[in-house]
Amino acid sequence: MQNRRLQRWFDSKGWIAVLIGTPYLWLVALFLLPFLIVLAISVATNTPTAPPFSFGGEYPWVNWGAYARIASDDLYLRAFLTSILNAFMAMIFCLLIGYPMALGLTRVPKGWRNILLMLVILPFWTSFLLRVYAWMGLMGKNSWFNGILTDLWNVLVPAAWALKSIPMMYSNFAVIVVIVYCYLPFMILPLYASLERLDTTLNEAAMDLGSRPFQVFWTITLPQSIPGIVAGGMLVFIPAAGELVIPTLVGDAAQPMIGKIIQDEFAQARDWPMAAAVAVALLVLMVIPTMIYTRYQARAEGAK
Amino acid sequence: MGIDPARASDTPFLRIEGVSKNFGTFPAVKDVSFDVAKGEIFSLLGGSGCGKTTLLRMLAGFEDPSEGRIFLDGRDMAGVPPWERPLHMMFQSYAIFPHMTVAANVAYGLKHEKTMTKSDRAARVAEMLDLVQLTQFAHRKPHQISGGQRQRVALARALARQPKLLLLDEPLAALDKKLREHTQFELMSIQQRTGVTFIVVTHDQEEAMTLSDRIAVMDKGEIKQIGSPTEIYEFPTSRFVAGFIGSVNSFEATVAAREAPYLRLDVPALGGQFMARDLPSAHVGQKVSLAIRPEKLHLSKTRPDGVNTAQGHVKDLAYFGKDSLYRIALAGALVQAHAVNARRGDEGARVADWDDAVWVSFDPSAAIVLVD
Amino acid sequence: MNRRPTFLMTALCFGFAFLYVPILSMMVYSFNGSRLATVWGGFSVKWYVSLLSNEKVIDALILSLKIAFISASVATILGTMAGIALVRFGKFRGRTLFSGLVTAPLIMPEVITGISLLIFFILMGHLIGWPSSRGFTTITLAHITFSMVFVTTIVSARMQQADRAIEEAAIDLGSRPWQVLFDITLPVISPAIWSGWLLAFTISLDDVVITTFTTGPGSTTLPLLIWSKVKLGVTPDINALATLMVVTVGAGVIAAGIIMNRAEKRRLQDERLAFRSNG
Repeated sequence: MQNRRLQRWFDSKGWIAVLIGTPYLWLVALFLLPFLIVLAISVATNTPTAPPFSFGGEYPWVNWGAYARIASDDLYLRAFLTSILNAFMAMIFCLLIGYPMALGLTRVPKGWRNILLMLVILPFWTSFLLRVYAWMGLMGKNSWFNGILTDLWNVLVPAAWALKSIPMMYSNFAVIVVIVYCYLPFMILPLYASLERLDTTLNEAAMDLGSRPFQVFWTITLPQSIPGIVAGGMLVFIPAAGELVIPTLVGDAAQPMIGKIIQDEFAQARDWPMAAAVAVALLVLMVIPTMIYTRYQARAEGAK
Repeated sequence: MGIDPARASDTPFLRIEGVSKNFGTFPAVKDVSFDVAKGEIFSLLGGSGCGKTTLLRMLAGFEDPSEGRIFLDGRDMAGVPPWERPLHMMFQSYAIFPHMTVAANVAYGLKHEKTMTKSDRAARVAEMLDLVQLTQFAHRKPHQISGGQRQRVALARALARQPKLLLLDEPLAALDKKLREHTQFELMSIQQRTGVTFIVVTHDQEEAMTLSDRIAVMDKGEIKQIGSPTEIYEFPTSRFVAGFIGSVNSFEATVAAREAPYLRLDVPALGGQFMARDLPSAHVGQKVSLAIRPEKLHLSKTRPDGVNTAQGHVKDLAYFGKDSLYRIALAGALVQAHAVNARRGDEGARVADWDDAVWVSFDPSAAIVLVD
Repeated sequence: MNRRPTFLMTALCFGFAFLYVPILSMMVYSFNGSRLATVWGGFSVKWYVSLLSNEKVIDALILSLKIAFISASVATILGTMAGIALVRFGKFRGRTLFSGLVTAPLIMPEVITGISLLIFFILMGHLIGWPSSRGFTTITLAHITFSMVFVTTIVSARMQQADRAIEEAAIDLGSRPWQVLFDITLPVISPAIWSGWLLAFTISLDDVVITTFTTGPGSTTLPLLIWSKVKLGVTPDINALATLMVVTVGAGVIAAGIIMNRAEKRRLQDERLAFRSNG
């Protein structure tokens, strides 16, 4: 009899609990909990114990020292600034390159479109690391690419400014270029999806009323694609700000980005509270962009 | 209101008792009661938002009544989940499983029949496919057959387990005119052969009238009238039902006297006194409505004999080939009359033309009195 | 639009050049005979040869594949559950937190996820003794956690478009809701589930940052191996490895594209046939 009742409950409600509960529990245990721990450690004190933190002193055992250092120490402030600037510049260039591509894709005849879309996605499926690596090959002092650019430079400028090679590597410029390269699909795909949904009869109506193609773009297409632009932009900006791989490989060691700072504080300086505090600070900084993203993502899809 | 006295005797096959459904504060279904006899085709007819679909879903078990009870073949359905109810539904969108063949679709419910063997099931599937004439499509997938064929799969699938009750949600809505007529007759024939009780939900009065043994007309969550198609059409009990099925002319009137089997009424809009079928509950002096359907009005050039006559002129005329619709301006109202073009027509053979003077008349037994 | 928009087409060409020149250059130089990766020293396949006999690379590849396979499979199961739950069950307790948890890893910088997981594992090790050391298990757990949300995104998008009526029809015909899940829902959305698996597999195979944090001695995945080499600079054997990976993935994507294209064509054909044979 008990079995029958259990069966009934499972059939109507129990299975739902299992369906929702299993992934929920996993995420709480392996995502939320670790994050809460980081939050807690950010207000602990760095001690030479293992693990290297402790909640010393008296109630409430909270040490705001790490956050104080972030606010006052130049190193952190500059790192945040560098990260935000690089991410922002990368986002702009992704937009400048990606928008025409996405728009062009919507104008390509149907037969070609799938192939071209596939070609856009293909680099995304290959290794991220290797894509950074590919640019390292191009930007190096002795690469053929650098050689061509140097020759071009030398032709265009007076002899006094001639160079043996263009110094591209190990700079913010390199970081921005590579971020653009690696995150471009993240901009193109949502943009394409949102542009593709637009009603082209609106464009025809505008042209019928006397507008030229560029005006049609500026007054009809562009305004409607703004949710897609913002969503795609945030999709580039937010992860780019916290990038670790790209600045390590091609960035300027004297102008670290925040991801590198977090790793250094953690692994090198063994200062967990500091690393945790910087991580939390980065997240807080990203809250507003995230909210912007969710709002515009919903709008970009609601525009269906 | 609800229970049809003629049928309320012995245990009805389906009994709906005082069922209400509230969504938050919104009353989708208000205190609905009726019985359905075994082997009937019973329709719930109404516009969108009248509650008919909610009622259907409560029958199927997808919603629980806020109040009231549902008895199927004597058994209270309260707390019985949809998968245990001995009734099945044919969905408006057909809801055919796209990843299964036609045969697999029809066989789907059978796996829950514990007493059937594999060959029993195969035989039943074949029987059902034969019933709906889809035997040669058994191995096709849903996207390989047409819309009308998909509907038949849905029907076969719902009937495979030989349910006590079949619920049909707007069965003819998605079909074009030709297919609609054909399917109508097919449904009726299948119902006769299988003897399953059908409950049809529809907003289309033609559908309801041709298919059903009895119709329940619903509005805003309530049942306005239950009866056979003839009863509903010829003897509506409210202005709503009279106006919902077909067209009707209705005028404000006051009861002047009772002259059994008729009532004498003062009808200012028609300019005089007119006789209509008696309504026993009406009393002298009561404000009522006189209702008469367009096809029951007789038009003539000269004044006809008879007690119900009025004179006016033709304001509008719509010619449909086999019949014509006239709008006639009488003393104080516009009246719609419908005349079959029984005579070979050229301009001269029409009863009346635009702006012609014309007499309108009707038989007292063709008009009824309504109180709301 | 019947007017050929030259600006857009030029932009497209430049864009594709931008995307592919670095990769093609890398592929070409993988056949470079000279050790200096950026100076051409004659055509040679010696780097490919040395790759195939390099034990470290082979081991790293096998480890990566194992982790990717397990993590993708578990992530797909969990992610599908979450995706279905989000779309089918409107309001349930803790729904906002749940949808937040499911979106956050998508846009959070990986450093933060990586560091929080590492701290978590270290502390767990101290508190309850597990995990005693980091490696295969911790990497896999980490990969499952952050790749499941990608699966959820794909599955929930597909579920939004799925027809609810067929699920109700199955329930009406006698199946309990959880049976309907297996009989009807999952089969109908299965292409999305496979895409999710593939995505999770690729993400796991490719991951560097989170893996760096959650790995331990002896567990070097392929990306980690490449990472340590690449920090030292550009070398032709990495070029060769990269070319192999690009070609493999490229073949896979193209094959998948062709298969989907053909399936789509066949479906259109079937529907046209059905329309004509009406009844």
